[in-house]
Amino acid sequence: MTGEITNIGAFQGYVFPNEANPHPLWSVLIVIYPYITGLVAGAFIMASLVRVFKVQALEPVYRVSMLTALAFLLCAPLPLLCHLGHPERCYEIMMTPHLTSPMAVFGFVYAWYLMAVLLLELWFDYRQDLVKWAKITPGFTGILYRMLTLGVTDLSEQSVALDMKMCRILSVVGIPSAFLLHGYVGFIFGSIKANPWWGNVLMPIMFILSAIVSGIALCVFNYMVLNWIRRKTVDMRCLDTMALFLFYALVVDAAIEGLDYLHRGYAAEEGYSVIQLMIREKLFYTLYFVQIGVGTLLPLLLLGSLQLLRQRVPEAVRRCMIFCGGVMILIGVLAMRWNVVMGGQFFSKSLRGVMSYKMEFTGQEGWLIGAVILCLPFIILTVLVKLFLSEQLQFSEHVSQSSSTT
Amino acid sequence: MKTLFSRRSALLRLAGAVAGVLTVSVARTAKAAVQKLFVSTSAPNDYDPTKHKWLMCIDTTKCIGCGLCAEACKRENGVPEGPYYRTWIERYIIPKPEPGSDQTRGEPLVDSPNGGMHGFPEPPLPKDQIELSFFAPKLCNLCENPPCVQVCPTYCIGCAFCVQACPYGVRFLNPVTHTAEKCTLCYHRITRGLKPACVEICPAEARIFGDLKNLSADDPIQKFYENNRVQVLKPHLGTKPRVLYAGLDKGVS
Repeated sequence: MTGEITNIGAFQGYVFPNEANPHPLWSVLIVIYPYITGLVAGAFIMASLVRVFKVQALEPVYRVSMLTALAFLLCAPLPLLCHLGHPERCYEIMMTPHLTSPMAVFGFVYAWYLMAVLLLELWFDYRQDLVKWAKITPGFTGILYRMLTLGVTDLSEQSVALDMKMCRILSVVGIPSAFLLHGYVGFIFGSIKANPWWGNVLMPIMFILSAIVSGIALCVFNYMVLNWIRRKTVDMRCLDTMALFLFYALVVDAAIEGLDYLHRGYAAEEGYSVIQLMIREKLFYTLYFVQIGVGTLLPLLLLGSLQLLRQRVPEAVRRCMIFCGGVMILIGVLAMRWNVVMGGQFFSKSLRGVMSYKMEFTGQEGWLIGAVILCLPFIILTVLVKLFLSEQLQFSEHVSQSSSTT
Repeated sequence: MKTLFSRRSALLRLAGAVAGVLTVSVARTAKAAVQKLFVSTSAPNDYDPTKHKWLMCIDTTKCIGCGLCAEACKRENGVPEGPYYRTWIERYIIPKPEPGSDQTRGEPLVDSPNGGMHGFPEPPLPKDQIELSFFAPKLCNLCENPPCVQVCPTYCIGCAFCVQACPYGVRFLNPVTHTAEKCTLCYHRITRGLKPACVEICPAEARIFGDLKNLSADDPIQKFYENNRVQVLKPHLGTKPRVLYAGLDKGVS
């Protein structure tokens, strides 16, 4: 019936001629982009639990979370950049922004978050240590530490107290900034009224919540892997607290995403039937199995049962359960990004048909480059951990001191 | 003191890079200005866009689905081969209901092989099973409230956000230039007093083109308004299209 169009790719029903393209407009890279950005926001919020909300138990994971946030934030614009038709013009987005565009604001939100929040907070947090390390560390690393102090080597009590104060202020500013950073990513999709799968007021909220969930899960993962590599025992109090927050965040996230799903079905607006078809044909496994099953229900069960039976579960089993829960959540949230981004492109805006795409392995938007971009933050994090969380270094105890006085 | 020098040289290098970027953009603007002097691809100098308000009316009862408009458009605007169309024609075939079903009509069959550029194949149903059929030419809807413009972040960087935001599927990324493209109503022609290529070539006068700010008494646009009840596509999205249709059926979106 659809004549030659059916020969181009696998299309069912009628799709607009411009949509009958064998490659999707937004592919693996645009799936990874909100994933990475969400991990940044989540890891930061995890860290701010320590600074702003004074959750003492999480102190051991504070710096890991902050460095995780930094490593991932450095990679956040990469997938965007790689997917552009004209990456060489990307600076135009900062020079001549069109302010009604959610995408134009990205440059500014990103710059604000990197420069004004993350780097500053890390600097204030690390300054005291950097000054000390600069004196005892020889060679290039020592020079690096000295450069990073930016010449502020005052270690008087007053100066250190100021550091801590700034750190807290930045953490407080950082929370709405993290919400802004990821809420805006959700808005990129939520604002597209042309697309019934995307255009949704809940989208920014779902993105923020899933970001918090995935960020905490990533911190769990990084913390445990780091300790495993260093053959050190995990601080169980810290891990249990992370699992607790992870569970709560997941409950709220699952509730909101469930509400969205319920509302779609109940309202059953124009386009619902094509969305049903699209889910059945294209998202069956990634939505029902990976996102809902592996990414939500199983971790809810694992972490929830831990909350009930914590005392009775031996530590080794608990560690294993929390680690598995974290990894499953990380996979589930990645699947959620896939389902949102690709789901919106699997059906025609004529609401009369669904598309299939051939995903490339190599090429500008292929799996390979996606995998590389997903691995890159871990490589950067390894370097950062080697430099700033090295086992040879002494860390000052100022944090717990200052918080115990307040 | 060593660090001071390295900082200075680093700053100098940074300044150099910034200056380089700025120079490139200035040079590009200059080049574009020079190009505009010699090659006029857009409007002539004396054209004042504020004095015109272009619109297109489409009488679907007249369209015969010959596909000349889609072909003329591709040629006139150098649109690449493949699934890239600034305008296309859709065919709607509405079958008679299954005997015994409580429906008044069957589920519409819609197609647009090659954008209808080379006409349409025989209908997939025997004639006596077809209740109704018609053609619907499509093009940029010239929204007063365009979602594609709203989401565009800057000069085209090929992000495809506008393509995603257009509810009508009229935008595409040009595979050659890697920038977004759509119908411009043949801007290079209309600013010189000509009609768009699709209007010019339409043998059935199904496409009517006009200027709301310069309507004459016997303007075809005026007649179209007088003789038809008009409709726009997807009115519930609030885009306020300026492409008006007569004789549409409910399934067209």
